[in-house]
Amino acid sequence: MNRSEFNQGLRGGLIIALSSAPFAVLFGAVASDNGLSVVEAGLMSATVYAGASQLVGIELFGHHVAPWLIVLSVFAVNFRHILYSAALTRFITHFTPLQKFLTFFVLTDPQFAEAVKRGESGQGVTFPWYIGFGAAIYFPWLFFSVVGAFFGRMMGDPRALAIDVLLPVYFLGLVIGFRRKPGFYPVVVASALGSVLGYHFVGSPWHVSIGAAVGVVVAAFLPLSTEPAPMTAAAETES
Amino acid sequence: MADQLSMDMVVLILAAAAATFLTRIGGYVLITRMKSIPPRMEQALNAVPAAVLTTLVAPAFFNGGWDFKIAMLAALVVGIRYPGLLLLGAGWAAAMICRHLLGF
Repeated sequence: MNRSEFNQGLRGGLIIALSSAPFAVLFGAVASDNGLSVVEAGLMSATVYAGASQLVGIELFGHHVAPWLIVLSVFAVNFRHILYSAALTRFITHFTPLQKFLTFFVLTDPQFAEAVKRGESGQGVTFPWYIGFGAAIYFPWLFFSVVGAFFGRMMGDPRALAIDVLLPVYFLGLVIGFRRKPGFYPVVVASALGSVLGYHFVGSPWHVSIGAAVGVVVAAFLPLSTEPAPMTAAAETES
Repeated sequence: MADQLSMDMVVLILAAAAATFLTRIGGYVLITRMKSIPPRMEQALNAVPAAVLTTLVAPAFFNGGWDFKIAMLAALVVGIRYPGLLLLGAGWAAAMICRHLLGF
């Protein structure tokens, strides 16, 4: 049972690992471009393990932004995880403290989406499944970051290879995956407006937290939906 | 400079890692103190992933050049019908065409 749960997790996670590998390579390449060594790029992927925020951090580091502001920006980009872990808690109350520690350490967007989908479908979230899923994403992420850092300087101009459009397109795919959820359109419109206005009037990276907060507030004031809202989606777009 | 570790950089990376872990465990710490989740708060929590991911998409679209806009529109059209990797390919191909053939 446990073994098959673990393998099931591994299989699900490998799909995510495959689609995030280009971003790990991208991170590594950008990191070495901005003066990080291969070991430092690997250390960042191993300890922060949050793609978008790693790229934001590297970008700011390249612009010689004050270190405390870099840490704060990483925090802002990752702020959503507070809400993820709050939403995930009801499915993992049976985990031991060490299991919970590992669970939260590897809590990424697809990990959250898949775990909640599983929890809500009634299958239950077991630790072997969860950690199998996480390991299948974590180690390739680390591996491809290091590969990217190694080959970063040999790869040509990222713009000429259109590497720079992959990140927003990837996030767009995740958003599309949520389109059947109740309240999807008002939330997306509100977040889009909030983030675009936040970008212009406050600046990056605060537009992320501002836009998200606007969308979440709108969701809170929408009429309560009668059926339980399925939180699935994110990973569906990648299968 | 490869294979080197600068102490400043290690401290910065570990601080960023600590900040990230704080966000990952923060919701658990909050929710276990609150016992139950009010329905409106739950509805708000449900909206979080779409809300956050939208903030990574919308500014890239509106502030990006025509290459970005066309790439993202192509990805949107493909993504409504087909799975994620095809969407990624469509966006990438559209951007390459814009830059190398159309000169945007």
